[in-house]
Amino acid sequence: MTRAAMRDDTKPVSLGRERDERGSTALVPLLSVRKLRKNYRSGGGLLEVLRGVDFDLDQSGFVAIVGQSGSGKSTLLHLMGLLDEPDSGEVYLSGTRIDNLPAHHRDRLRNTDIGMVFQSYHLLPEFNALENVLAPLMVRYGVLEWMRRKTEARGRARALLERFGLGARLHHKPRQLSGGEMQRVAIARALVSQPRVLLADEPTGNLDEASGAEILDTICELNREDGLSIVLVTHDSAIARRADRIVRLAAGHVETI
Amino acid sequence: MYKLLLCWRYLRTRWIALASVVSVTLGVATMIVVNAVMAGFSHEMQTRIHGILSDIVFESHSLSGFQDPKWHMEEIKRAGGAAIAGMTPTVAVPAMLNFQVRGQWVTRQVMFIGIDESTHAHVSDFGGYLQHPDNRKQLSFNLRDGGYDTVDSQADSPGPTRPALEGAGWPYRRMRVERERLWRQRLESQQAPSAVNKETPQKTQSQPVRSVNAQVEAVLAAADAPADPAADAPLDPATSKQDPFRAVRPEEGRVMDPAQEQFTGIVPGIGLASFRDNTGVDRFLILPGDDVKVTFPTAGTPPKAVSDTFTVVDFYESKMSEYDSNFVFVPIQELQRMRGMIDPQTGIPSVNSIQIKLSPGTDLALMRDQLRKAFPADMYLISSWRDKQGPLLMAVEMEMAVLNILLFLIIAVAGFGILAIFFMIVVEKTRDIGILKSLGASSSGVAGIFLGYGLFLGMLGAGAGLALGLAITWNINTIRACVEWCTGQRVFDPSIYYFFKIPTIVNVYTISWIIAGAVGIAVGASVLPALRAARLHPVEALRHD
Repeated sequence: MTRAAMRDDTKPVSLGRERDERGSTALVPLLSVRKLRKNYRSGGGLLEVLRGVDFDLDQSGFVAIVGQSGSGKSTLLHLMGLLDEPDSGEVYLSGTRIDNLPAHHRDRLRNTDIGMVFQSYHLLPEFNALENVLAPLMVRYGVLEWMRRKTEARGRARALLERFGLGARLHHKPRQLSGGEMQRVAIARALVSQPRVLLADEPTGNLDEASGAEILDTICELNREDGLSIVLVTHDSAIARRADRIVRLAAGHVETI
Repeated sequence: MYKLLLCWRYLRTRWIALASVVSVTLGVATMIVVNAVMAGFSHEMQTRIHGILSDIVFESHSLSGFQDPKWHMEEIKRAGGAAIAGMTPTVAVPAMLNFQVRGQWVTRQVMFIGIDESTHAHVSDFGGYLQHPDNRKQLSFNLRDGGYDTVDSQADSPGPTRPALEGAGWPYRRMRVERERLWRQRLESQQAPSAVNKETPQKTQSQPVRSVNAQVEAVLAAADAPADPAADAPLDPATSKQDPFRAVRPEEGRVMDPAQEQFTGIVPGIGLASFRDNTGVDRFLILPGDDVKVTFPTAGTPPKAVSDTFTVVDFYESKMSEYDSNFVFVPIQELQRMRGMIDPQTGIPSVNSIQIKLSPGTDLALMRDQLRKAFPADMYLISSWRDKQGPLLMAVEMEMAVLNILLFLIIAVAGFGILAIFFMIVVEKTRDIGILKSLGASSSGVAGIFLGYGLFLGMLGAGAGLALGLAITWNINTIRACVEWCTGQRVFDPSIYYFFKIPTIVNVYTISWIIAGAVGIAVGASVLPALRAARLHPVEALRHD
């Protein structure tokens, strides 16, 4: 698998180029959050999940966020992935504040710049593996543009799936795939639009040890070889140790190790 | 793009949603069939109404009518201009039709209409409704020598035949006269010893003399009594010589031979002369060649009832039972003469009404208003054929509107079914909605999936309904026959309706509205579920199991 196969015409900003840019923007982290607060209303009371979190991810960095269940690590990931809005605080992508952008702008960023992988894979059951990988591109393009780019997009998706060893499973529906295979499809889907950052929420949580290890190897490889910036949420410190840096969340605050 | 693909996938994998669309299909099919049949009936009815009535009817308020139809027609021509394609004067009075069936007198209340046989067929479809092929070409009030249609000339496909009309005309008349003569002979031979003197009165009774003229004259004489002493003895040969009517009735006082001669011709509606039994076969009470008596009022004030004998020369069948069992046509000159509508001094006749035919493409209401402006409303009643049958046409239109509303409610009910099922699908698909949002799908995009799904289902349901509706409409008579055969019940009784087939008209405009309405309801029903899907919070949606 070469980088060229993953390159998107509409987005010439490939990971390689970003790496070059790093020199000039070295002081600006790729992704950073400042004084992030998030509360949930549960029953009558207010549950303070995040109480002012500060966090930075450098270009091509690999950060693991660990913490106990309910420590707010998933919430932090959702806020960074623009799936949720913070009560206060800011989220920056390459120095640009992104959490207060209009909804359609945030939708667009989610589609092009942020790739997400979840614990329970979250594949669309009606789509086969290839279509699931193509889903972000289908979301991006209208029917006509899709028709124009279909061949190229399919080629890219197929190449990604083949890279993850799923060349023979392209037309299988998610229910016909094993957990490890589903998670690899999910990773391929996250990568198909060449995001600037990959957010992984317990990607090995539902997998057996062997599959989990494989997935983890894949993620580490993406970081090392392709220079992909990754945030990995896990409760397992053994997995967290594979990252460059570990951030521990406890009681809504960050304790960097 | 994902919207289309997801809609398509949902369509293929969610059979329960298709079930909800069945009611849309049925509703659309029913609406199409009902509209086609109602439009068919309505069109058939309007054709029949219009067939007997001309485009515009120009009438006087009084039964005595107005004088000089020629002058009136010229005035109408001047007022209407080139739009007037044809005109014919008519005289219409209420009357009683009497005829003998198996020795019993049957009396019917009729509208007695005098028509001009040369021009009347040009202003309406009257000619086409007659039973003798030659009469259809050019109406004649002379009895034909047989050759009446034994099959309905207006039916597309052959229905039951009318064998009774086989020998109608002169052959039937001669046979009937002969039979009467034999019957009388038998009666006489039986009564010979006791009733030698009865021969003479019987003959005068069975061979009627034209007596109406005497009655008319009596009426005229009574009216003119003080002014014209000569009328005191109307049958006095001396006065008769000066009588201006003399020339018109050369047969006065002569005994006629019914086997060789006929009375004035008359064309009654087929509904007066026959009835249709429940097998759809017409049973005739009188036939062309029979004599009937008509009692009608004269034109004087107060009107006097006079009677005369006529010979049935044809029937007309407009298939509009109201007309077929009400209207009786005779030559207008005869009726004018018998009613005393011809001015004795000038010889100028009066008429009740003038039937006006417009050239094709003329605005009916506009021309009617134009004529109304040209003539004083207190003297003349000018109405279009639509005005004449206004309440009936309105009733049919009303009926159609109510039916359409009711049937559309069925589709609306189907809409609620779609609403409920879509809500279920949104709940079932909550996680997928979260996934799509995490992939960058906008809220409007997610809403679009379900709106598109509703549109797909609506089109599918309406399309299937269209196909089903058209299939039923085009084969409705086969289906009717099949249902009748299966149940043994008559679904469509030809003795009630005057056509053998259920008429249908498929109106593209109506169908487009039905389809648009059905699709609109399906989309409308998916709006709420779509909004709910759009408002789902991605994080909560992703957590949903």
